[in-house]
Amino acid sequence: MHELSIALSMLEQIEEEAGWHDGSAVLAVQVKVGILSGVDCDALSFAWEIAREGTKAARAQLEIERVPLLVRCPECGMTHSPEIQAIFCPRCITPEQDILSGRELELTSLEIA
Amino acid sequence: MTTQPRLVEVRARILKENDVLARELRERFQRAGVCVISFVSSPGSGKTTFLEKLMARLGERHRIAALVGDLATDNDAARLGRACRQVRQITTGTICHLDAKMIAAALEGWKLEDLAFLFIENVGNLVCPSSYDLGEQMRVVLLSATEGEDKPLKYPTIFNTSDVALITKIDMAAAAEFDREAARRNIHMVRPGMRILEVSAKSGAGMAEVEELFAGQLRVAHPRI
Repeated sequence: MHELSIALSMLEQIEEEAGWHDGSAVLAVQVKVGILSGVDCDALSFAWEIAREGTKAARAQLEIERVPLLVRCPECGMTHSPEIQAIFCPRCITPEQDILSGRELELTSLEIA
Repeated sequence: MTTQPRLVEVRARILKENDVLARELRERFQRAGVCVISFVSSPGSGKTTFLEKLMARLGERHRIAALVGDLATDNDAARLGRACRQVRQITTGTICHLDAKMIAAALEGWKLEDLAFLFIENVGNLVCPSSYDLGEQMRVVLLSATEGEDKPLKYPTIFNTSDVALITKIDMAAAAEFDREAARRNIHMVRPGMRILEVSAKSGAGMAEVEELFAGQLRVAHPRI
């Protein structure tokens, strides 16, 4: 469970951003978590509740956008969204696919008051 | 005074600090001409035994150093220390993975220019290490023949973020009724085209192929060798 480390990294960035924008409190935090990022969303939500204590984001809602895997077939050019346990092109069966998204682990935006 | 809530766009990678540090490490390794390979697996898959044997073989011709991560104890460093002189244990306490900062700190005082290889043995864990770039040139994931063939399907991210898969303890395959073809198929489902090597540190089977693979990596890191 490294989601606590992830939550702490997020809070460092959030406090820095909130400082720049002269914000006194962070009301909401939006993040993108790719399915191939290695981060579990439930564990991250759980870690968030603990980590946010005593920070500017102490009452901030964590809104997680799960990013599915999106790949492009280098052979036929088809863009598709396979299961991570079955990565191959459904049209031409080419196994190796170029990953377009799904690895994201991004702090997208903050709602500051 | 009450202020209206504002939406502030950030669009920053959460592990930006680690990624920046990992990039700096990668550049440092490249400048020094050292080939850095990291190893990830579940606990008990044979990482340390494999590395002991590998370093004994490579150590005859190349200067090698190793970093080894564990939550507690320096048992693994003591074991690897028998195969190579330059070993440092990274004790992570409660942290389940190595990160770039730990690597940078552990390299303190080492002259990387003198090394051909630096091996990094991550904490035994198939989940958390996948998120952290350590600046390595190649990430190797180990799966032992005594584990289930479906491990790649259960832990797709670590297989997807690795460059090469090693099936270890292959001498145990028959006794454990390990289905080699199913394991290979499952690895390729989550990481199509991934190079897979079967090894036994105990019998030495497959070790020459691994040596050859790493020698190729060494030529990438250090074209003069």
